[in-house]
Amino acid sequence: MSRLELDVTEWRRVSPKYVWVDLVGMLIAAIIVVGATSLPAVFTHNVYLFTIPASLAIIFIIALALTPRRVRAIGYQLRSDDLLFRKGLMFQRFVSVPYGRMQLVDINRGPLDRALGLSELKFVTAAAATGVVIPGLPEADAETLRDELVALAESRRAGL
Amino acid sequence: MSEAAGATPPPVTPAPVTPALGAAGRLADGEWHRLHPATPLLRGGFALVAILGVILVNLRDVWIDLIIGGPDGGPPDPLVWILEHDYALPVLAAIAAGLILFILGFYVSWRMHTFRITDELVEVRSGILFRTNRRGRLDRIQGINIARPFLARLVGAAKLEINVAGQDANVQLAYLGSAAADELRREILALASGVRAEASAARGGSGLDTLDQRRSTSGFVEQRVNELLAPELDPDAAAPESVVQMHLGRLLGALLLSGTTVFLLVGAAVVATIITLTGEFFILFAVVPGLIGVASFYFTRFTRSLRYSIAATPDGVRVGFGLLSISNETLPPGRIHAVSVSQPLLWRASGWWEIRINRAANSSARGAAGQANTTLLPVGNLTDVRRVLELVLVDPALIELVERGMVSKGGDDGFVNSPRRAAVVRWFSWRRNGFALAPSAVLLRRGAIWRELVIVPQARIQSITLNQGPLARRLRLAALTVQTVTGPVSARLGAIDAESAVGLFGDVADAAIRSATNDTSHRWRESRPGSATT
Repeated sequence: MSRLELDVTEWRRVSPKYVWVDLVGMLIAAIIVVGATSLPAVFTHNVYLFTIPASLAIIFIIALALTPRRVRAIGYQLRSDDLLFRKGLMFQRFVSVPYGRMQLVDINRGPLDRALGLSELKFVTAAAATGVVIPGLPEADAETLRDELVALAESRRAGL
Repeated sequence: MSEAAGATPPPVTPAPVTPALGAAGRLADGEWHRLHPATPLLRGGFALVAILGVILVNLRDVWIDLIIGGPDGGPPDPLVWILEHDYALPVLAAIAAGLILFILGFYVSWRMHTFRITDELVEVRSGILFRTNRRGRLDRIQGINIARPFLARLVGAAKLEINVAGQDANVQLAYLGSAAADELRREILALASGVRAEASAARGGSGLDTLDQRRSTSGFVEQRVNELLAPELDPDAAAPESVVQMHLGRLLGALLLSGTTVFLLVGAAVVATIITLTGEFFILFAVVPGLIGVASFYFTRFTRSLRYSIAATPDGVRVGFGLLSISNETLPPGRIHAVSVSQPLLWRASGWWEIRINRAANSSARGAAGQANTTLLPVGNLTDVRRVLELVLVDPALIELVERGMVSKGGDDGFVNSPRRAAVVRWFSWRRNGFALAPSAVLLRRGAIWRELVIVPQARIQSITLNQGPLARRLRLAALTVQTVTGPVSARLGAIDAESAVGLFGDVADAAIRSATNDTSHRWRESRPGSATT
């Protein structure tokens, strides 16, 4: 019953402000989902149907309570030849992407991100499933990181 | 031609444009060339002929009426109406004008559709009003496909498609002379392989000489007939011991033992039960469209897999198939991103396997199984599998490991298999659910009922992921996924020991970086200049 751990000590973490972005996003999703699943119960006056939105609400509350820890679990590291990324508490995920595999780097900013001065960095390879998205980076950091990654990828260019 | 050159973004010196018949000279010489003169006919002309045919057949009744004098009445015929009102002349003139415009349009579009192949890129210009200019880099070529639809075969033309990674990024040259297409593919691959241009020129020149001789000794019709009757794979193109052919019996057997058949039998049983229970036969009518669909699936799959062959050529693996419409594709080395060798339960008794691959670019031509061209070997026994793997993986030690892994029931077989506690999530397959790290590839093996072995060349790995969910954590297990380009092969292995998974994650990450740095397959002959003249 132990978590996966790699022999890596220094993870670079995302900004603690990202907790708010995650919280608000999940809260909106929770309201929509719980609201939509309550509709059948409201219209049919069947009390038992309320169990579905209620159980969903409990799941959402647990997820919301765990948000700070989940955000703290997101980490990345620039190793000499690859980018290492981790996320997840209950469902842990580690990804290693060689720099030479980079096709492009995206920087996205949602409305909440913008209000808090954060950015989201997406590392795209030829494989659609790679899915390395580093959220909650301060704007300046994201841009430095992007330039750093592009330079690293350029120096280690490989074929497809 | 000068107008065409003026309309394109890069100004080109008005060079002599030669049609791509093959006898006119080398095509990959950096000059602009035109497509086969029969192109307009093949692309749209047959539709015109068909329309004319339909009109003529409809006219037949009117002619008979006019000459013999049929009964009056009935629905008013537009033609009769035209004749009665004396509009015959203007109508005929309009039709003639339309025809001339049509033919002129096709002719101009053929004139303005030009291509050239230089040492670095292939470029195509086309369109009359809306000009398109497409360039593809030769070292990014993922495969070259030559398709010969039946009608094109009759006039000796072929469609050449250069597959480049990316959505809808293929460069198509339709149509070229049949022999010219083969010649051009050889030259493009030679240029892409990193061989010096002079060497490829010498090769191309010698090829054309023999072509000219063949041309002079036989007439057009005779040549067409010879080409139609020729075997799908030219015996000179590949060493015979490297060729894998499809046996008719095995093809039929594999079709009958496929999942579709099981589905069909289950469906039949359901229908039979319903009929006996209700005594109604109406359900049969509902089943008919489905049956037609299944029959056409069997038919296309069967005819397309006929004359299936896989062979090694100096420039990569050549896959060819087809009875009436034939198609063959060459995959240069290092363009295969993942290989899966699998065996459904029904094929166990006969010892058949299927080989599928992931590729960065697929030709628009459909494969033998009717889907994208990702099935390398539709069905084959162990000998066939070995031969295909020899073409694809090259390394003999690796092939031996793969062969051992394919049929092994588990235990000490060179693979790191799941621990006993994994039986909770892998009921039947935990003994043979495992991985192996070879010097050039990662091997993932899974399934006891549906056996599958996935081989990912390390130089093609895009990224590696390690996953663990709550249940796996309790069991001290983890899942590893090796990401490659999108395709039918998924390189994911679940329920392996957490500690060895962490170790493998690190090892594969290192190996991927090392292999990618040393990989020279995008210029596969540059490292071996001695073999350039073979």
